[in-house]
Amino acid sequence: MSEARYAVGIDLGTTHCVMAAVDLNTSDGDEVVDRIELIPQLTAPGSVEERPVLPSFLYLPHPDELRPEDRALPWGEPQPLVVGELARGMGGRTPIRLAASAKSWLCHPGVDRRAAILPVEAPDEVPRISPLDASIRYLSHLRAAWDHRHPDAPLPEQDVVLTVPASFDPAARELTAEAAAAVGLGHLVLLEEPQAALYHWILAARGEWRKQVRVGDIILVIDLGGGTADFSLIAVTERDGALELVRIAVGDHILLGGDNMDLALAHTVRAKLAESGTRLDPWQVQALTHGCRHAKEILLSDAALDAAPVVVPSRGSKLIGGTLRTELTRAEVANTLVEGFFPEVAASAHPAGRARAALTKIGLPYAQDPAVTRHLAAFLTRQLGATRDLAGFENRAPDNASFLHPTAVLFNGGVFKAPSLLRRTLNILNSWLATEHAPPARLLEGIDLDLAVALGAAYYGHVRRGRGVRIRGGTAKAYYVGVESAMPAVPGMEPPIEALCIAPFGMEEGTQAELPPQEVGLVVGEPVRFRFFSSSVRRHDQVGAVLEQWQPDELEELEEIAAILPAEDRQPGEVVPVRLHAAVTEVGTLRLEAVPRVGAESWKIEFDVRGEG
Amino acid sequence: MYDSQPDFFTRLTLALRAFGRILTQSDFASDVLRLDRGESRPPVVEEPPKPPLRETSPDSALQLLALLQQEGRFVDFLEENVAAYSDAEIGGAARVVHEGCRKVIHDYLHLEPVRTEVEGAQLTLPAGFDAAAVRLTGNVVGQPPFTGTLMHRGWRATGITLPKIAESHDVRVLAPAEVEL
Repeated sequence: MSEARYAVGIDLGTTHCVMAAVDLNTSDGDEVVDRIELIPQLTAPGSVEERPVLPSFLYLPHPDELRPEDRALPWGEPQPLVVGELARGMGGRTPIRLAASAKSWLCHPGVDRRAAILPVEAPDEVPRISPLDASIRYLSHLRAAWDHRHPDAPLPEQDVVLTVPASFDPAARELTAEAAAAVGLGHLVLLEEPQAALYHWILAARGEWRKQVRVGDIILVIDLGGGTADFSLIAVTERDGALELVRIAVGDHILLGGDNMDLALAHTVRAKLAESGTRLDPWQVQALTHGCRHAKEILLSDAALDAAPVVVPSRGSKLIGGTLRTELTRAEVANTLVEGFFPEVAASAHPAGRARAALTKIGLPYAQDPAVTRHLAAFLTRQLGATRDLAGFENRAPDNASFLHPTAVLFNGGVFKAPSLLRRTLNILNSWLATEHAPPARLLEGIDLDLAVALGAAYYGHVRRGRGVRIRGGTAKAYYVGVESAMPAVPGMEPPIEALCIAPFGMEEGTQAELPPQEVGLVVGEPVRFRFFSSSVRRHDQVGAVLEQWQPDELEELEEIAAILPAEDRQPGEVVPVRLHAAVTEVGTLRLEAVPRVGAESWKIEFDVRGEG
Repeated sequence: MYDSQPDFFTRLTLALRAFGRILTQSDFASDVLRLDRGESRPPVVEEPPKPPLRETSPDSALQLLALLQQEGRFVDFLEENVAAYSDAEIGGAARVVHEGCRKVIHDYLHLEPVRTEVEGAQLTLPAGFDAAAVRLTGNVVGQPPFTGTLMHRGWRATGITLPKIAESHDVRVLAPAEVEL
């Protein structure tokens, strides 16, 4: 791929997609020529506009709903499905035909992500689409938009970097890479979103970044997008006299974002209207959510105001007669948004409940506890030991520290466009630090909260060519398979499970783990399932390590993985001893293989097996 | 027109045809009379050149109106009888119109004031100022430079980007009727 003209960064977000490019021919070192690619999309039937963001919404129109010519895009045939702004608009009126949050479904181990399940609430006659297919549609639209604008430099020939949440599990990463391969982007590289945001900060500082951080700094990246909260810790170290960045920890997958906040405010106002006897239909609720978002922005940007008006326009053509007028008060914003999502809690706080029950919608495992600050406290507490083995950091943390002490914070995501929420989060973090006599964390500024991830990803494509500082770190988790222990079986009790480490913490892209000494038996011709675990805190386990017991928050159980040995020249039912071999591909996905004792062949182990067998 | 002298036969048929037309057409008769007296034909009065007026395409006007309706309910607002409502009710609806229409103006047009001075300020217009961009009012006498007070800053659209529309799209539908099933 040496002829690539551009490095292209794609932020495939839960609520919107952004595409940015760095011109490799004219960029050199810190002098980078980058831009956001405008994405043509339908904004109304028959009307196409170029916008910097493509809303991640897919609308499945009824055959009589939209004329084919009103679905025409600047390129090629009218698509049967609508993507982007028009999809979002039509979906507001007809939610049963709207597929949204496909990215969250992609990381939902409870469903078959290749099965046509979206929209969840669609009646039977609506043809559904799988979360994987939805991702393919967004990428396909982005590719078509790029190729239309750059006919001489088609996207598959460029250096493409696609971002994923740092908390994405191996299955979700592989599905994302698979979606990209389906539109011809097989050679891309995955990058974690908080890292992309930090890359953008480095780029935006134009070389000054080396003066703003120093060796020993621990940068906390808080990325609060429309649908997910994503935390990462990145340490500043030194190698051969130059600053180096090492990503040392990532947080859990938390489905909690700006959309939840706007919805919560709308519910507050709706309850207020209901008290006065006004009931709203779904169309009005959507308009109310829109109005509340607007009012919230006004209140959060002007501390002198006590209330901001919220207007729900009538649906009919009688605008004045049918319009509802209410207001959002500062107290409501403070109670619902600030106290609800950013409460002042102690550093020892833990989110209530595991992320399993639905907060707003059936199906997706939304975070049960909406408090971002509690999730953050739990993350920093769990990662207390993250720097223990890092050269230069050994004696950095005081012995009595109860959580990892960040020294700098980078905020990303549309939520923090409200300076008061950013300031509050920083103040709460600094109050925790003050309790343990640590200096306050510095605020790293200067990034575009909506576009940083795509711009940072494009810049990373440039950096990968050896033209700037890279964030190292490898995989942020160690991986284990469950093996039944050799203990004698006790009637009525499941045989205890031991966890066998097959991939250690910190595997870099393009590297392979050693083969574990232990063998497991695969049955020829049948899928054999393994329980699969990850740990974001066990940094020392090497391949072959066997855990007989562990703390509940040390290991997280992922979806089962399965190996299928083709029957070819073996007897079906025969048991073949194999060893499980892990590698991290150049793309950045984890690859597991079953390697038999003899012979050169090996079989791929699948992550996403729900739909099979 | 004949370049050479007409021959006898041509002259005979011409005389007969002229005889008939002199009797029946008074315009023709007066032209022949003038020829007979040796007067020259009065010069044809040249029509003054038409000022170059052009028809503008209604498409983009309708498109902008549709956007104003879609985002700001502009047509609904103008078509409603405001006399029946109190100022507070109108004010509530006006917020919808203001927010939405303002978004359209900002998203699709780039506007800037024609004059950057503060309204009420004294300013001087040199000779050759752009009369299309600055309108003189009041005591308009004498020669430039003119000195006066800026009453309105004016607006100028420095850019407009309307959405591209499909070839067969009917721009006359400003807002489709909505039927909920």
